[in-house]
Amino acid sequence: MWKKRTVGISIAALAAAMALAGCGSSGKTNASSTPAAGTSSSASVTGTITVLAAASLTGTFNQLGQMFQTAHPGTTLKFSYGGSDTLAAQITQGAPADVFAAASPATMKTVTDAGDANGTPQNFVKNQLVIAVPPGNPNKITSLKDLTDPKLKVVLCAPTVPCGAAATKAEKAAGLTVKPVSEAQDVKSALTPVELGEADAALVYRTDAKAAAGKVDAVEFPESDGAINEYPIVALKNAPNAAGAQAWVSYILSPEAQAVLIAAGFQAP
Amino acid sequence: MTQPSQQHYRRPPWVLLLPAVIGIAYLFLPLIGLLIKAPWSTLGARLTEPGALTALRLSLITATITTAVCLLVGVPVAFVLARTRFPGQRLVRALVTLPLVLPPVVGGVALFTAFGRRGFVGVLLDRWFGIQLPFTTAAVVMSQTFVALPFLVIAVEGALRGMDTRFEEAAATLGASRWTAFRRITLPLVGPGVAAGSVLCWARALGEFGATITFAGNFPGTTQTMPLQVYLTLQNDPDGAILLSLILVAVCITVLVSLRGRWIGAV
Repeated sequence: MWKKRTVGISIAALAAAMALAGCGSSGKTNASSTPAAGTSSSASVTGTITVLAAASLTGTFNQLGQMFQTAHPGTTLKFSYGGSDTLAAQITQGAPADVFAAASPATMKTVTDAGDANGTPQNFVKNQLVIAVPPGNPNKITSLKDLTDPKLKVVLCAPTVPCGAAATKAEKAAGLTVKPVSEAQDVKSALTPVELGEADAALVYRTDAKAAAGKVDAVEFPESDGAINEYPIVALKNAPNAAGAQAWVSYILSPEAQAVLIAAGFQAP
Repeated sequence: MTQPSQQHYRRPPWVLLLPAVIGIAYLFLPLIGLLIKAPWSTLGARLTEPGALTALRLSLITATITTAVCLLVGVPVAFVLARTRFPGQRLVRALVTLPLVLPPVVGGVALFTAFGRRGFVGVLLDRWFGIQLPFTTAAVVMSQTFVALPFLVIAVEGALRGMDTRFEEAAATLGASRWTAFRRITLPLVGPGVAAGSVLCWARALGEFGATITFAGNFPGTTQTMPLQVYLTLQNDPDGAILLSLILVAVCITVLVSLRGRWIGAV
C-alpha cells in the first residue's frame, strides 16, 4: 500500500519536473518565432537573440545590445558573460545559444572542432596588454623590465588563460621573466588587487584598464605588440534564432559597432 | 562506538527510505559521472606531476592548521554563544554565520579591506611589525578559517545546547571551578559534536576556493591549493581537472574514514 503510493508521488514529481524543463525550452523557441510589430528595416530579425560572450566584452556588448534593439524593434538580446573557456564548454555541452564571441582563437577552436559553429569565425577586434598600476603610478613603472623588481607585488593571469598566455608571450619578446605574487584565473581578478592597492602592478588588457579608469592607470609597453589577442565571433549551428544570430554577427562587424568597440580600447582586427 | 551496538536496527518506514535513497543517489550520481569521465590512463602521469603533489600537500597542511585554529577559537565562541547571555547576542550569532551566506570571493575582498596592505588592521601590522599578509601561506589559512569557522561553531554550539547541564551544576556544587568543569565535564560530553564540527571544518577548508584565490592569490608552492589548481586546469584540460578533483575527493575520504575508526566514533 505504502509502496504504491510513494512511488506514484515520485513519478508525479518527476513528470512535473520534466514538464517544467520542457516548458523552459519551448518558451524560448516560441519567443524567437513571435512576429514583431513595426519592423521596417529588417523584417526577418525578431525575437530573442542569445549571445555568449567573453567577460571582457561585458561593457561594450551591453551598450551595443541596446543600440541593436533600438534599431530592430521586436528583438531582445540576452547576454551571458563568462570566461571564454567556460562558455565554449557550455556550447559543446549543448547550451541553447545563437552567437559565441570568444576572447581567443584557442577557445573558439574548441567550438569549431566540436562542429557547433555555423560558418567560419571572424575576428572582430584585437586587445592588447598594458601594465595596470595604482593611480598616479607611485612606483614609476614605465616598462616590463620594471616589473622584475623583487620589491614589487605583481599579479599576472595564469598561463592557462588567454591573458596569461599573452603575458608569457610579452615576457618572451622582452627576454625577461616577471615573478608574480599571484597567477589570477581571469583578467578581472588580476586587476582587483591593483584596484584595492594590494598589488603594485598587473598585466591586463587595455580595455579592462580603461574600464577601471580612475582606480588604475594604464602603462603601455612596447613588448605587448607581440602579444595581441584576437577576438573571434561566430553564429552557432544549433541557434534557436538563426536569422538573429547572423544579424548580430554582421552588426558587430559593422562600422557603427566597431566605433563603439574601439572607443572602449579595443583595436580593429 | 558503544551506543549503536545497543540500538535495535530496523528498516525505516518507506516514507523516509524512499527520499533517503533519492537523496543519496542525487549526491552520488555526479560523482559517478566524474568517475566515468576521468582519463584514468593519465593517472600515473598526474600523480607524478610535481604541481599536483605540491598543491595537494599544501591543501592538506593548510586545512589541518585551519582546523586547529578553528578549534582554538571556535569552541570558546560556541561556549560563549550557548552558555552566556549578553546584549547583542543575536546579532553576534548572525555575524558568526555570515561567512556561510557571503560568496567566498567577497569574503576574500573583505579580508583585504581588514588585513590587506591597505586594510585598516593590515596597515598597523605593516607599520608595527613589517608584516604583509596577502599572497602568503598565512593568508591561505586565514581565508580557510574565515569560511570554515562557522561550521565548527554551529556544530559545537548545537552540542552544547543539547547537553544536560546538570552534570556541570553537580561539578560546581562539588567545588569545581568553572574552568575545571568545562575541561573535565563539558568538553568530554560535547566531544562528538566537536569532532563532527572539526570534520566539517576540515572538509570545508580543503575545498576552499573563492576567498583563497582572492586574498591569498594563486602561486604554486605557497598559495596554490588543490581546488585552485583544479580550477586552473579546468581552463584548458577539463578531463585533467576531473582527475585532480577525484584525487582530492579520494584523499579526503581516506583521511575521514581512517579517522572515523580511531577517534571520531560519533561521526
